[in-house]
Amino acid sequence: MKTILYLLQKEFRQIFRNKTILPMIFVVPIMQMLILVFAATYDMKRIDLVVVDHDMSENSRQLIAKFDGIPFFHVHHLEQSEKLAEDKLLNDEADAILVFPVNFERNLIRDDETKVQLLINAIESNSAQLIYAYSANIISDFNKDIIAEWKGIPEFTPPTKVEITENYWYNPELDYKWFMAPGILAILVTIIGMFMSGMNLVREKEIGTIEQLNVTPLKKYQFIIGKLIPFWIIGLFDLAFGLTIAWLVFDLPIVGSLFTLFFMAGIYLIGVLGLGLFISTLADTQQQVMFVSFFFMMIFVLMGGIFTPVESMPNWAQTIDRLNPIYYFMRVMRMVVLKGSNITDLLQELVSLSILGITFLSLAIWRYRKTA
Amino acid sequence: MERETIISARNLVKNFGHFTANDNLSFEVRKGEIFGFLGANGAGKTTAIRILCGLSSPTSGEVEVAGFDIYRETEKIKKNIGYMSQKFSLYEDLTILENIKLYAGIYGISRKQRKEKESELLKKLELENVKNKLIGDLPLGWKQKLAFSVAIFHDPKIVFLDEPTGGVDPVTRRKFWDLIYEAAHNGITVFVTTHYMDEAEYCDRVSIMNAGRIEALDTPAKLKEKYNATNMDEVFLKIAR
Repeated sequence: MKTILYLLQKEFRQIFRNKTILPMIFVVPIMQMLILVFAATYDMKRIDLVVVDHDMSENSRQLIAKFDGIPFFHVHHLEQSEKLAEDKLLNDEADAILVFPVNFERNLIRDDETKVQLLINAIESNSAQLIYAYSANIISDFNKDIIAEWKGIPEFTPPTKVEITENYWYNPELDYKWFMAPGILAILVTIIGMFMSGMNLVREKEIGTIEQLNVTPLKKYQFIIGKLIPFWIIGLFDLAFGLTIAWLVFDLPIVGSLFTLFFMAGIYLIGVLGLGLFISTLADTQQQVMFVSFFFMMIFVLMGGIFTPVESMPNWAQTIDRLNPIYYFMRVMRMVVLKGSNITDLLQELVSLSILGITFLSLAIWRYRKTA
Repeated sequence: MERETIISARNLVKNFGHFTANDNLSFEVRKGEIFGFLGANGAGKTTAIRILCGLSSPTSGEVEVAGFDIYRETEKIKKNIGYMSQKFSLYEDLTILENIKLYAGIYGISRKQRKEKESELLKKLELENVKNKLIGDLPLGWKQKLAFSVAIFHDPKIVFLDEPTGGVDPVTRRKFWDLIYEAAHNGITVFVTTHYMDEAEYCDRVSIMNAGRIEALDTPAKLKEKYNATNMDEVFLKIAR
């Protein structure tokens, strides 16, 4: 135990003297929270809609006016031909085209039924779905207006069909930043854990100082624990630092207990640090560690559920995700921060993260060789 | 007067793929002597010293260091040896005192004992004024003296020095050898590799390696007599040719 304290003292001295690592500990969380959280958003801020109106009727104008009334719809109704409108879509000047056929109003009056065409740029499927959802809402609203007008029924009459009233729980204003911030924090903790620890160990191999330690009676576990604890502390510190920024800058509510959050983060960090150290026991240079860590990092993050819900992944992918520590930690972060879940709600995550932590740490200790 | 054996190697072989770095080495080092391991660059000196320190495992052969088996009792050996590698390997971003503190801590030396030895050592090496300076800022000669002192700080039975005086001037080398003599006088067995033949004269016994084999092993005086040479330089050239 005393030996580990000597190692820790040495590591902290080196970290605090390092002109790269020390700023990173403070700069990375600030950058990630202030830039990534704002930048990584699915909220539609502006939709450019081109209208092609072949009908030029009272009713088509009414519907266009309804679109125009929504702040983020920017309606351009200049194009008389679909061809010109499609060019705009192609050049990314428009997000969607709304086409009124010639007999739009006539069909509506004569057949009680008419059609419009909505063409949406679906390169980004998420935005496309949002545009569709917004448009569908506007059109159904328009329908109700017409029914009210024609049948002379006042708008406040109880509706004849079932309606949904929404009430969004845990994030009532659907603030995307609240969704992203815990996820970005999870990534932050992971980067600190995997990269810093791994790079640190392999650097000792590169400059040769590890040899001097390897000829001492230092135990393998003492060495690995001595490398793990400093970055464990830095990781938890950065989590606290990032949470404070999120709380100050975008009022991120922290519903659950901080103790639960940091307890789970502590277990999670043992796993990622263990993996980072394991990778560095296999590598000889910092480049190798970078590449391999980056490979795992990409897979873990993209499958971790920060951008796409894990529930919508194919079954085989969900099975693989059982081995992904970020998947569990992402859930923990969001559930504790936004929902106020406690340890009993997170039992499955706790067990899984513990198993992964013990496994990766044991691999690192087992694989570290004092004798080449 | 035959002194007891502290290192013994019998038919030590180390292969890297098809390359044989150590080809059937057999030798014994006696307690308290300064044993020189000579050879040109690439002769296999560093490979052998790394095996003896437990940093590398041999392909075959029997090796005992400080009475412990190299295969099964590596960690016990490590308690009893000190090692100074060819490449300076103390922490350059720590001060002299911090490096001493770290290694003293790892070897389990008590705080009180460390303080005593440390001030004695700094006085001897005339490093008191720079004890709180980062090692990276010191000249090479000072670094090497310090590396040696840290290697024997825990009073090991044997110290292994791998080309300890590479790249320093003759005066500093001479001073370095004074430190080696002092350690030997205090009962530490010294196993030193070098390719400076004048240093070979300082050793009690030397072995001369060439292309992975030990070609000669005896006291410098006997080797000079045997090869009819006036100095070790001539002996070495005759063997290596």
